[in-house]
Amino acid sequence: MNIIVCVKQVLDPEIPPAKFKIDPEAKQVIPPPGVPPVISLFDERAVEAACRLKDKHGGTITVLSLGPGKAADVVKHAVAMGADEGYILQDAAFEDLDSFGIAYVLGKAIQKIGGYDLVLCGRQSADWGNSQVGSILAEILGIPVITLAGDIEAVDNKLKVKRILKDGYEVLEAPMPSLVTVSNEIGLPRLPAGVRIMLAARKQVPVWTAQDIGAEPAQLDRANAHTEVTGLSVPTRKTECEIVTGDTPGQAAENLASKLAELL
Amino acid sequence: MDNKGVLVCGEIAEGKLAPITIELLGAGRKLANELGEELSALLMGSQAGGLGKEAIAYGADKVYVAEDSLLDNYNSDAYTQVAANLCSKVLPSIMLLGHTDAGCDLAPRLNGRLGGGLAMDCLALSVDSAKLLISTRPVFGGNAHASMVSKSARPQMATIRPKVVPPAERDDSRKGEVIPVEGKIDPSALKVKVVDRIKEEVEGVKLEDAEVVVSGGRGIGSAQNFEMLRELAGVLGGAVGATRPACDEGWAPMTLQIGQTGKVVSPKLYIAVALSGAIQHVAGCLGSKYIVAINKDKEATIFSVAHFGIVADYKEVLPALTAKFKELLAA
Repeated sequence: MNIIVCVKQVLDPEIPPAKFKIDPEAKQVIPPPGVPPVISLFDERAVEAACRLKDKHGGTITVLSLGPGKAADVVKHAVAMGADEGYILQDAAFEDLDSFGIAYVLGKAIQKIGGYDLVLCGRQSADWGNSQVGSILAEILGIPVITLAGDIEAVDNKLKVKRILKDGYEVLEAPMPSLVTVSNEIGLPRLPAGVRIMLAARKQVPVWTAQDIGAEPAQLDRANAHTEVTGLSVPTRKTECEIVTGDTPGQAAENLASKLAELL
Repeated sequence: MDNKGVLVCGEIAEGKLAPITIELLGAGRKLANELGEELSALLMGSQAGGLGKEAIAYGADKVYVAEDSLLDNYNSDAYTQVAANLCSKVLPSIMLLGHTDAGCDLAPRLNGRLGGGLAMDCLALSVDSAKLLISTRPVFGGNAHASMVSKSARPQMATIRPKVVPPAERDDSRKGEVIPVEGKIDPSALKVKVVDRIKEEVEGVKLEDAEVVVSGGRGIGSAQNFEMLRELAGVLGGAVGATRPACDEGWAPMTLQIGQTGKVVSPKLYIAVALSGAIQHVAGCLGSKYIVAINKDKEATIFSVAHFGIVADYKEVLPALTAKFKELLAA
């Protein structure tokens, strides 16, 4: 089974809100110094899903990441987890693309790679979370799409996918190739073994430019963007927290219960 | 631009208009009035025709009904086909969907097919002086809010998060038109088969309906320790929730996940136990009337959004809290 996984490098979502700063003019987030970017949570789960399928059925995993020079780190992380090859898509023309632009670039790269049975994406990115690149990409590639997967199996040349619903799940069957977006319900990603980390560190991650993948300049022209961000703000939350105390934690709990009972 | 009007993609649940549909009609009516344009709705499923009048009472000028049993349950391929065909005939300027199981799948795919501009999980919508739709949505896990605009791509699409916009008011004297959607579904375009749909029943009070939610995070430490939270929730007639990390560890079922990508709850009382208060989690409980934080780390972010807090090991707090509530409620 040949699987292509699209991964994104993002600002570490675990940073405390106090460290979260924006530039409202540029409508951008200012990365806090000393905090390295990470692979987007759901994309890491997509790599995990790919590794599980490879463990069972063999084949290859190719990872694609559209982003700056540092994006090689997330590709190497995926290789450490079990991916075979990885490419960075990087070009001045790829900066600040909207979801359509990103899907277009990924689509061009996927067509260049070719020969795939399954394309995996995270359900949404941990930063802008536009939650649509996977579905647009499937439309561009002309293949079926299943979103919010909590489990993916390959049975008799078909994909059997558990799609997570608010109150349960549905089981869907799709032909190959298809595109599936992965949710965290798939389970925790594996910790790469030391040998694989060393292998990944030495891995060459080729960079593909717009010309390498045959991307048309008109498709990357910001003037043709489908959406643009016109404002970015940090919502203000002011809550005075009353710390309830007591001689012992148990006493504090009793005091808290009495206070709450009055309010409710 | 020839696109005009607002189109709401409604949902039907148990033979009735789903609550989100009435919220979408409320938001859509407001936008249509500001633009001086029509509000239409699309209803899909064999019962759609019977609900056309009701959608009109809730504000629609036109209701397109696609009556086909293939549309009774959400099917990505079938819904995309019907909605895309209708959009290419009606050419709406704005299209609204719910940020629901169906809408989260349909909206991005439809957008990919139509070439529109989509903002997902919107909290507020308005139109600017140039009559462009401004969609406000949380980004960076809820740390920031972004407003998004589509200058030229049509339709301008948005999914609206359930329970954030007021539902439309019903007026049975309203007049409108119910229009059957012509054309059959092309079965060869249905590539993905729905094999099974499983509803996972949760014991006790449903999380979304609970007036009290007791929620646990990574600090709980084990599935067994969640029993303490269940006891407290039981005494208060509430439900248990969990953070994504706690669900990922398998300590609580995934259906109890609260946060940006899980459930959004707004109970009267939210008791956050041994959870740090990552913004992605807090995004799912900020609508609670009172938030109580129990955490041994006094620096934990959860205290910055809580109304009351206890700084201690939850294991020393919960038994006493449960016992005291039991005593107070018995009195």
